[in-house]
Amino acid sequence: MNSFLAAIFLQAGYNAALVGIGAGLLGFAAGATGSFVFLRKRALVSDAIAHATLPGVGLAFILMVLLGGDGRNLAGLLAGSAITAWTGLLLMEWITRRTRLSEDTAIGAVLGVFFGIGIVLLTVIQNMSAGRQAGLESYLLGSTAGMLFEDAAIIAAGGFLALLATWILRRPMTLACFDPEYAAALGYNIRRIDLMMMGLVMAVTVIGLKLVGLILIVALLIIPAVTARFWTQRASRLIWIAGTIGGLAAYAGAAISASAPDLPTGPIIVLIAAGLFTLSLFFAPTRGVIATFLRHRLARMENA
Amino acid sequence: MPRAAKPKALPAQAAFSIRALTVSYGEKPAIISIDADFPKAAMSAIIGPNGAGKSTLLKASLGLIPRLSGLVCVADTPLDQALARIAYVPQRASIDWDFPATVLDVVQMGLYRKVGLLGRLSGQMTQRARACLDRVGMVDLLDRQIGQLSGGQQQRVFLARALAQDADLYLLDEPLAGVDAATERTVMDVLKGLRKDGKAIVAVHHDLATVQDYFDHVLLLNVRKIAEGSIAKAFTAETLNNAYGGRLSARHVKELIPNRGKA
Repeated sequence: MNSFLAAIFLQAGYNAALVGIGAGLLGFAAGATGSFVFLRKRALVSDAIAHATLPGVGLAFILMVLLGGDGRNLAGLLAGSAITAWTGLLLMEWITRRTRLSEDTAIGAVLGVFFGIGIVLLTVIQNMSAGRQAGLESYLLGSTAGMLFEDAAIIAAGGFLALLATWILRRPMTLACFDPEYAAALGYNIRRIDLMMMGLVMAVTVIGLKLVGLILIVALLIIPAVTARFWTQRASRLIWIAGTIGGLAAYAGAAISASAPDLPTGPIIVLIAAGLFTLSLFFAPTRGVIATFLRHRLARMENA
Repeated sequence: MPRAAKPKALPAQAAFSIRALTVSYGEKPAIISIDADFPKAAMSAIIGPNGAGKSTLLKASLGLIPRLSGLVCVADTPLDQALARIAYVPQRASIDWDFPATVLDVVQMGLYRKVGLLGRLSGQMTQRARACLDRVGMVDLLDRQIGQLSGGQQQRVFLARALAQDADLYLLDEPLAGVDAATERTVMDVLKGLRKDGKAIVAVHHDLATVQDYFDHVLLLNVRKIAEGSIAKAFTAETLNNAYGGRLSARHVKELIPNRGKA
């Protein structure tokens, strides 16, 4: 418990403090960006993007080893994952637009195929001499153990940049979520806005790979937004409330994980977010379950 | 999309011109080679039976759905350079009304293009949005979540959002569908006010009984163009029968056009 308190209050050393700050910024960016995915009802697209990062991680590792470098270089792995994630996103968009297949079919196909390729590559890497201690499995569920100072700095800076981009694009993205036809009539290019929105999701996913892992990042994108929806009726506030929830969950999760290094970070962050969601589900004013129940009761008593 | 040169035959007083507009859903053509000119300072109705392509015409002319061919001009300017001068009011049913937004939020969306990416929604902009809500009688409800509004109130909010754009041309998709009498009067008063200011109004309209009272100009449509022109010229028993293919009884037609009888 003491080590957990130390981590929460940034007393567990410089490195752990930076990991906490990086996690908080990343969580904030994930919550804010995820709000738009939630409002556009495209949560599963972001899940497919996340799974499409895995082949990139594997390919980047192999390439860096073949070039005689350190295969575990975070910046290199993230660049590789971004390339395959973007490829997967464009492929989904192409299938939906150019064939008669629907978007959920495209999601299923891309998610499965890319994740499959990624797992095959991880197995290949296991059999390489440089691959035995690669620790690439930690990109599936996230881990703070053995995180370097540069890694935490990359996460913090990337989270901040993603957040800045979300802030700049908030109005066109809100419009595209609420009323895409009207937005198009105003002259906004909806296809480009959607691509930018998913590009932001991809950025958050890639930056969060090390910390949250690719399997659960979709939860950190969606749960804060759904939770925030209980507390506000305005999209302009929802974004920042979701960001705060995501930031808190990621920060606390990273602290717990740092104090008990055997625990994978991603699941802990997601469970904390889910706890906040459950609290909101029951206790939120007006939209919460209890408030709704009481309102119905009151209405029935008045009518009786 | 074909981007042909401006056709020379556009009438000078037209606020909105459509040439050879064709749209097809899969194999099935929705509208075929529609030509139309909607005048300035006038209210125009697009009418026709269900599935005639009325909404399709409006959406395709705005570039919201892909067109096989066709050219659209606002006054003398090609559409893609004139979007800032058009205000579009979509059908109410096309929206998720549980979206987290208040009445004021929705009206301010009409100002997003003017504010730009980095601009702030200043007090002056909010003032303008309030003034538009005042014109449709909704200023008291500006903090209301949009899902808590009645159908008529939702339609007024959409109209206020279009007003906030301060456009020259207003395109409305069934603005009077499913609204109460009070809202119908408010909407018509606002539209008449716009006409007085010289704006052009084009509305998809379904209620044949009110066409004569509300509109100056009409486009009758059933996949192809049936008739176009002033009410006296284009809204006749003959054109109605052509458009609706005998689905209107003779008595009904006579009721619609009481003074003129059979053309």
